[in-house]
Amino acid sequence: MTQTINLTLKVWRQGGPGVKGRLDTYHAENISTDMSFLEMLDVVNESLTLDGKEPIAFDYDCREGICGQCGAVVNGRAHGPEKGTTLCQLHMRHFSNGDILVIEPFRARAFRVVKDLVVDRSPLDRIIQAGGYISVNAGGAPDANAAPVPQETAELAMDAAACIGCGACVASCPNASAMLFVGAKVSHLTLLPQGKPEAARRALSMVDTMDTLGFGNCSNERECEAECPKEISITNIARLNREFMKAGFFSNAR
Amino acid sequence: MQLDGKIPAGPLKDKWDRHRFELKLVNPANKRRYDIIVVGTGLAGGAAAASLAELGYNVKNFCIQDSPRRAHSIAAQGGINAAKNYTNEGDSIWRLFYDTIKGGDFRAREGNVYRLAQVSNHIIDHCVAQGIPFARDYGGLLANRSFGGAQVSRTFYARGQTGQQLLLGAYGALCRQIAAGKVTMFPRREMLDLVVIDGKAKGIVARNLITGEVEKHAGDAVVLCTGGYGNVYFLSTNAMASNVTAAFRAHKRGAFFANPCFTQIHPTCIPVHGTYQSKLTLMSESLRNDGRVWVPKNSGDKRAPGDIPESERDYYLESKYPSFGNLVPRDVASRNAKEQCDMGKGVGETGLAVYLDFAEAIRRDGEEMIARKYGNLFQMYEKITGQNPYRTPMMIYPAVHYTMGGLWVDYNLMSNLEGLFVLGEANFSDHGANRLGASALMQGLADGYFVIPYTIGGYLTGESPGAVNADHPAFADVVQAVEERTRKLLSVKGKRTVDDFHRHLGLVMWDHCGMARTNEGLTRARETVRALRSEFWENVLVPGDSHDFNQSLERAGRVADFMEFAELMIVDALHRQESCGGHFNEAYQTEEGEAKRDDENFAYVAAWEFTGVGKDPELHKEDLTFENVQLTQRSYK
Ligand SMILES: Cc1cc2nc3c(=O)[nH]c(=O)nc-3n(C[C@H](O)[C@H](O)[C@H](O)COP(=O)(O)OP(=O)(O)OC[C@H]3O[C@@H](n4cnc5c(N)ncnc54)[C@H](O)[C@@H]3O)c2cc1C
Ligand code: SF4
Ligand code: FES
Repeated sequence: MTQTINLTLKVWRQGGPGVKGRLDTYHAENISTDMSFLEMLDVVNESLTLDGKEPIAFDYDCREGICGQCGAVVNGRAHGPEKGTTLCQLHMRHFSNGDILVIEPFRARAFRVVKDLVVDRSPLDRIIQAGGYISVNAGGAPDANAAPVPQETAELAMDAAACIGCGACVASCPNASAMLFVGAKVSHLTLLPQGKPEAARRALSMVDTMDTLGFGNCSNERECEAECPKEISITNIARLNREFMKAGFFSNAR
Repeated sequence: MQLDGKIPAGPLKDKWDRHRFELKLVNPANKRRYDIIVVGTGLAGGAAAASLAELGYNVKNFCIQDSPRRAHSIAAQGGINAAKNYTNEGDSIWRLFYDTIKGGDFRAREGNVYRLAQVSNHIIDHCVAQGIPFARDYGGLLANRSFGGAQVSRTFYARGQTGQQLLLGAYGALCRQIAAGKVTMFPRREMLDLVVIDGKAKGIVARNLITGEVEKHAGDAVVLCTGGYGNVYFLSTNAMASNVTAAFRAHKRGAFFANPCFTQIHPTCIPVHGTYQSKLTLMSESLRNDGRVWVPKNSGDKRAPGDIPESERDYYLESKYPSFGNLVPRDVASRNAKEQCDMGKGVGETGLAVYLDFAEAIRRDGEEMIARKYGNLFQMYEKITGQNPYRTPMMIYPAVHYTMGGLWVDYNLMSNLEGLFVLGEANFSDHGANRLGASALMQGLADGYFVIPYTIGGYLTGESPGAVNADHPAFADVVQAVEERTRKLLSVKGKRTVDDFHRHLGLVMWDHCGMARTNEGLTRARETVRALRSEFWENVLVPGDSHDFNQSLERAGRVADFMEFAELMIVDALHRQESCGGHFNEAYQTEEGEAKRDDENFAYVAAWEFTGVGKDPELHKEDLTFENVQLTQRSYK
């Protein structure tokens, strides 16, 4: 049944990239437990606006858990406490009256704060630009059924391809590594026959770019897997490591 | 003015081939001298930007989100159609063409739709080559599912995330061209106006959403792929940033807007649960394959669903449409749900919902089987509502989902403004008055990968590259107009927030220009919208300033455009004195309560020319001629 609860929010406010930030306290009152977390923030923002104050900046678009644009750290957990759930799909029924929520941006050396809870995740795009695709031009493809793919392989590729590029894995990793994100893309493409020709070059180039952009190394902390809203498995990191080693040893892709 | 769609002559089957042969080609070495602006990175924009760059053009690509990968196309669930006939059921290009024309209630062009069906097969080939992990059968070949409005299985899918996977494919292709230096990507940019010089589109003015800077971008052609305008209703299944701004500002610069009143309401969405609600979530219509729709027989029956005995339930779709039952098309299912709720039989706290019950399917097939088919949807439902659909029936209600109307384009996808091309949901071209499931993804990718790469050349051969740059005074004028509007929005400093206005506008549109329309309601709504628009400019409260990341300001600009655009939708709905597809005027229905077309008087595309805010727009007609199909009345009894 619908109930209403009152919460205390401590929200990271930061005017811009170079500016110092701080936690400010707000009261979220009469919050329906049917609301999503972002709708709760909407309500707070409406009242801030009417009070002549600046609303809290936070990113979102689909509000369905698929675009990967939303995200914040709630009480120390990326996308909040529910497993396999983006912030936009987190509902207030998982909180209790009187809770205090500390809400901070996804922090990582590679992610600059744009404003308040909004960060710049363009380094993830740069990693994909380094080779997270199959090089085919429109027009020349053979019939789609020309190369059968075993169903299990297609399913594994799909598991990895489900990554929404939100960056929660980076924010939750003590080293701010993007290995789960890179592992997911490399796995998706290398598992499929279409992705094999470029496998070596792809793995080397994406990992190189990740290093250059200031993401850390993986030391098997597994926080990424625990916080990933799409439950991307760390076996994808193992597969990336294998591809990377293979590429380094056996190919002249470098 | 009678509009010319420039459909190539000759037999339907040969039109596209012949046209491609007749189109002038840009010399390969010359392509790199042309700059093309592509606005949008959804399936249409992402595919267009990537494939134009592959051909050698220089592309500047813009999007609102922080990354091109997040365009609204990412949210599409169900699948994408193609006429592959892999299932051996007798599908063909002709059948896909026919189903699409009929599904659109005979308000689309034969030539365009046939081309769409023709290129559909190349899309699947290309996407597989890109590594899209489509669902496969045990033998390793591609799997298909069936979708509304078709009797063959022709829908390709990647779990419930088809849009995501297709978009990531286009995004990958785009990333490859960004790395190659052929595409310059401008994320977090919002196009706020079109620059037209000597009657030709030559650039855009965009706001950098992080710094607030207003930027000028010149190009030899502008390709708009900015999606649909469903958010005019505030609540819809569209992503929050979906808007009409780019298209509407192009309209104000002279581009005709076609059939704006054709909107699609999807029957199976999670109902509204409170006034704070920000958007609606779609539940795939595949659920209607096994779920039974019902309401209590007696209005006002507030008992829990489990306490209502069989004899007091009304399975209204099954009784009214014995042969199609729960599988009637989207518009029919939506209107019937509304009718039940209007009679006071709606369920749930708001009374604006009907049940979609899986109890019988679970009894018949077992919970495991149902979980395998719909597990992820049931989980999503539970996440949002906190209720377990294996135990209690789902509650669903129709929601705005897709807009068939859009900027008018000819067969080359060029608007009446030369040099302005419009692709994807932003144009009006292929779905007539109603779109079939799994056909929007097909159209977006067809336009981007396989149509624009050819047709843009035909235009560019007549243009000398780089004829205009951003120092042209026309750009400065447009920048000034844009900055003035921003200043105005910020200076009102009134008492109502942007969202408050947007919600209000949405409600008016939903009540009077939604699922069922009447002339009186529309006339009244036009007055209300006008009054609301004046109030907006006197009483809106937009905090912050323009040289900053300011989300309230972004939304204010979009809502201001919706306020003007809403009136155009109403005008279009009022002028079309017939019912067809998504446009249902209560005065025009068959005895069975179906949309009743008036082919004699309304078999045309209504393309509206802007004449000033609050002024009656000017109507231009493009007559629709059907040489290959017979116009029939739909019936699903
Ligand atoms: C929930 C849901 C499920 C769906 N499921 C299906 C399905 O299963 N099958 C199917 O065929 N169709 C489906 N559809 C419809 C389909 O997803 C859309 O019609 C289609 O994806 C639209 O693609 P597009 O490229 O035209 O536009 P979009 O994907 O909407 O992209 C618009 C782009 O334009 C940019 N943009 C917009 N305005 C501006 C501006 N002013 N300045 C700069 N950039 C701008 C945006 O940033 C974005 O990049 C679904 C729709 C919804 C809402
Ligand atoms: S791997 Fe998971 S957490 Fe990381 S970006 Fe992808 S979806 Fe987000
Ligand atoms: S808003 Fe799209 S994933 Fe949350």
